Order: sequence, then structure tokens, then C-alpha cells
Amino acid sequence: MTKERQLLALKVVAGVILAIALLAFPFIFKKPFPQRMMILIFMYALLGEAWNILGGYGGQVSLGHAVFFGLGAYTSSFMLIRWGITPWLGMVVGILIAVAVSIIIGYPCFRLAGHYFAIATIAAGEIVGIVFLNWKLMGGAIGLFLPLLNESLLNFEFHSTKVPYYYIILAMLVVTVFIAYRIERSRLGFYFRAIKNDPAAARSLGIDLTKYKLIAMIISAALTAMAGTFYAQYVLFIDPFTVLPLMLSIQMCLIPVLGGTGTIAGPIIGSCILIPMAEYTRVYLAGKVSGLHLFLYGLLIIVFAVFQPAGLMGLIQRYRRRG
Amino acid sequence: MQPEMLIQTLVSGLLMGFIFSLIAVGLNLIFGVMDIVNFAHGDFLMLSMYTAFWLYTLWGVDPLFSLPICIVLLFVIGWVTYQLIIKRVLKAPMLAQIFSTFGLMVFLRHAALLAWSSDYRAIKETLLSGRIGIGGVFIPIPQLVASVGAIITFGLIYWFMQRTETGMALMATAEDAEAASLMGVNSDRMYALAWGLGAACVGVAGALLSTFYYIFPEVGYLFGLLAYIIVALGGFGSITGAFIAGIIIGVVEVLFGFLVAPAFKYVFVYLIYLIVVIARPQGLLGAR
Repeated sequence: MTKERQLLALKVVAGVILAIALLAFPFIFKKPFPQRMMILIFMYALLGEAWNILGGYGGQVSLGHAVFFGLGAYTSSFMLIRWGITPWLGMVVGILIAVAVSIIIGYPCFRLAGHYFAIATIAAGEIVGIVFLNWKLMGGAIGLFLPLLNESLLNFEFHSTKVPYYYIILAMLVVTVFIAYRIERSRLGFYFRAIKNDPAAARSLGIDLTKYKLIAMIISAALTAMAGTFYAQYVLFIDPFTVLPLMLSIQMCLIPVLGGTGTIAGPIIGSCILIPMAEYTRVYLAGKVSGLHLFLYGLLIIVFAVFQPAGLMGLIQRYRRRG
Repeated sequence: MQPEMLIQTLVSGLLMGFIFSLIAVGLNLIFGVMDIVNFAHGDFLMLSMYTAFWLYTLWGVDPLFSLPICIVLLFVIGWVTYQLIIKRVLKAPMLAQIFSTFGLMVFLRHAALLAWSSDYRAIKETLLSGRIGIGGVFIPIPQLVASVGAIITFGLIYWFMQRTETGMALMATAEDAEAASLMGVNSDRMYALAWGLGAACVGVAGALLSTFYYIFPEVGYLFGLLAYIIVALGGFGSITGAFIAGIIIGVVEVLFGFLVAPAFKYVFVYLIYLIVVIARPQGLLGAR
């Protein structure tokens, strides 16, 4: 066997073992805490992958992605509360609304470069946040409580066990990773990277910058909105402070940055580090000293930005090149 | 609607605008010289406000006298931030730069929360307390003094940049760090100086603001956010642009709060920003 084939076989075996491990996880770890942890890791990995399509491959740093998450969460929740429509349909509508808003924000803002674009997305995020905070129909500052329905996949609610949520978000993550994988290897992915690396050269080669930035934005917004509906159904309560804050937007960006932007594995690695750290420090420290975990969180971000600016994937790639 | 009320509103917007301006000028000084946005800028302001608060509460020092202490302290904080963090990310990708200062923001905000709790605090009596009335329009003295302080500080910064050798070296570094270093300008020292001066601006703003504004760990959130908006509105790198944009934002904020609804005033601030940068991506007075 050649070395490449050996490597391929190794990859397939590793993939199968990983898949079995992920599927079996809820049966091995039956306590709520590890299950909740995995659900959050998957959700944030998904959000990181979604952000990565626009920010990592396309190079457009958005600090307003919570808008799409919030729109997904609010749309399906509102449709469920008002009209009793299944959250799955609400999710589709939420995705459509998020896509429409992403075009409204993206089309004018894609003329802006670098910091200007990043701050414009912050401004857009803050506007949507303020609107929902003062929108009586959407619960305003109080938020929306989702009705408790019978457990079923159609109702997207599970009370006796949280395991179904685990598989749903795992499936959503797999779909997202698959989409990101296909983009990375397609013409689209090359266009995105060309726009990121040298917009002027990309344009001179006949790439319509605004069009491809918009495509990246739309895919990114749609996936983020999907996660928003999942979150609403998982927690059964949403308000502007949990689904629309600037902090969430920054978190979505931070995860791929930590793992390595513009890579498939980056957001997953980032989520696997950041979420357990946040959860453990929250559980062990928050009870004693409130705010300590965020204090440490801030320190970690600084250390990472200073010593590993290319993210953990940068570390791995450097090791590979050497080895 | 009485005209006095409108005038009163405009005056208070103008007075707040000068403070916004000063904060934004500090932010822009850093950005203009080295292309790095300091996301912890609002939290530097918070540190300055707490400094004034504790000096007052523990030793009864009036904010007016703690002003120089705040300036020196914040200059040192800015300088140290550069030496410890920024220096190491100068050549890093933009995202790493964003997150180095963003991490600092989270760190400082929660350090303040741990050290001083989330209580809202205020300095009740200062030498400046009181207000003056001119034809039915009242001007609170603390705000008036703060505005004058902001204008004087801006004037000094402007003079420093335009007229002194160090200031010109700073501008040369902003223009082209490599060319400036060929002319014998130590760009490392200039960067450190820009961080010191930028932070010193919020040192002034924080001490003055503490005479009439609540002090709490998250006070930097809104001021910081507005400062980025103002800087982008005025044009990255333009100190005069930031000063003018700050006044515009101050007036827009209270005017729309007064005419529409206070809850929505920031929607208009952000909208104005979006409209201006989309119509003029380089900002009002930006070079690019």
C-alpha cells in the first residue's frame, strides 16, 4: 500500500470511530451536564462554521451575526405562540426572513471595507436589538415564553430527556459542515478566497464582488437562523438579551478565530475549547464569585490573540509543515 | 411644543456631544497612527471614572483635582497596553488585533465587576454642582465645565499634532511608518505615545464625566460603541472629523430622543452612521 492510501484508510477509520462515539455519547453520559455541554458545543460549532463562510472564507468580518440568530429564534417562536405553527415550518420562515435581512444589510454595507464593514454590522445589530427590545408584540424586554407542548419531533419539544435535542443539533451541525466542505472545494470557495485575499485582483478577473459576498452572507445567515430556532426550542425562552446581544455576535466570530478561520476544522476546535471552558468556569466559579469566569475568559482571549494569532489550526499546520 | 424645550434639548445634546468628541478623538488618535481599533476604549473611560470616584469617596478629592491623576494614570495604562499586548499583534491579521483589544475589554469590565460590584455609583457633591439659567434655558455647571475641558483638550491635542516636532513625527508615522523610521523617527515609541495620548483623552473625559454621570462597570459599553461610530463617521484617522462627528452624534441622540421616543434614540444614531458611511465610505473627513 502506498503512503497516501494508508493515510486515507486511517482517516476513514478515525471518521467511523468518531461517528460512533458521537452517536453513542448520550448513552454513555446520561447526566444532564455533559449532554448540555455537547449540545452547546455543537450549536456554537455550527454558528462558528456559519460565520466562517462569510468571515473566514470571504474575509468579511461581521460583528452582527446575532441578528440572524435572533430572527430565527423570534420568527419560529412567534409563529408557534401566535398561530400554533410547528417550529419546523417556523424555522423555514425564519431562515427566509434572515436571508432577506442579510441582503438588506449586506447589499449596501459590502461597499465598505475592513473596520468600516465590521462597525456597520455592529450598528445593524444594535438597531435590530433595540427594535426587539421595544417591540411589544415580540414581548419587548420581557421576552417570549414558549408554550409547553407534548413531546414530539413535530412539536420540536422534549421534556423527559434532552437526548433528542442532542441528535437534532448534531444533524444540523453535520449538514452545516457538509455545506462548508462543499463550498470550500467548489468554484464558490475559490471566489470567496480570491475576494478575501485580493479584492482588486478578483474584480479584474471578472468576479462580481458584491454578488459573491452576498451569496456568502445569505448561506451564513440562513444557517445561523436555523440554529436560532434550535436554541429557542431547546431553552423554550428567548429575549433580546440572550438571542440578540453584541456579545453573541462576537462569540460567533471568536470561535472560528480561536480555532482558525477559513478552515472546516477551525470552528469545531474553537467550540470544543471555548464552550467547555465557559461552562466549567461558570459552574465552578460563578456560584462563588460572579463574573470571575468572564474575567478569565477575557484573559484567555488576549493570550490567544497575542501568542497564536492564526488560531489553533495555525499551530497544527505549522507542526505539519515541519513534520 | 415650546421653543425653550427644544433649545434646552439641543443644548444638552451639544454638551454631551463634546464629551463624545473627546472620547472619540482619543480612539482615533490610536487608530490613525497604527490602524488598530481599541475595543477596550470605553473601559479605559470606566477606569478613569472609578479613579475619580474612589479618590473622592476615600479621600474627598474633588474630581477637578483628580483630573491630572486620571490623565497620568490613563496615559500609563495606554502605554502599558501597547507594550504588553499591542506590540505583539502589530503584524498579526486584523481579526487577531480585534480580539486582543476585545479580550482586554472583557477582562477590564469583569475585573471592575469583581473589584467594585455592579452597583451604580455617583459623586454627589462636587465643586461644580449647580446650574446657570439663561433665558429659561438651564445649563448644568458640571456639563458646561466638561464641555470646556473637552474643547481645551482637543485644542491641545490639535496643537501638539500640528505644531510640535513630536506631534509631526507622530503624523509622519501615521502616514508611512517605514518612511518615517528612515527619517529617524522611532515608530515603536510613536505607537506607544499614541496609545498613551489616546488613553489620556479618556482620562480627561472620565474625570469630567464622573461629576454628573453614573459610574458602573459597564459604563464603557455605550460610550465605547458610540466612539467607534463617531470615529467611523468622522473618518478613521481624522481627529477633527472625530470632534465634529461627536458633536453631531450628541445632538442627534437627544434630538431624536426628544422628537420620537427616548427608547429609539440610538436607532437614529446608528442609522445616521450607516447612511453616512454608505454614501461616503471614508467618513466625513477621512482621507481614503
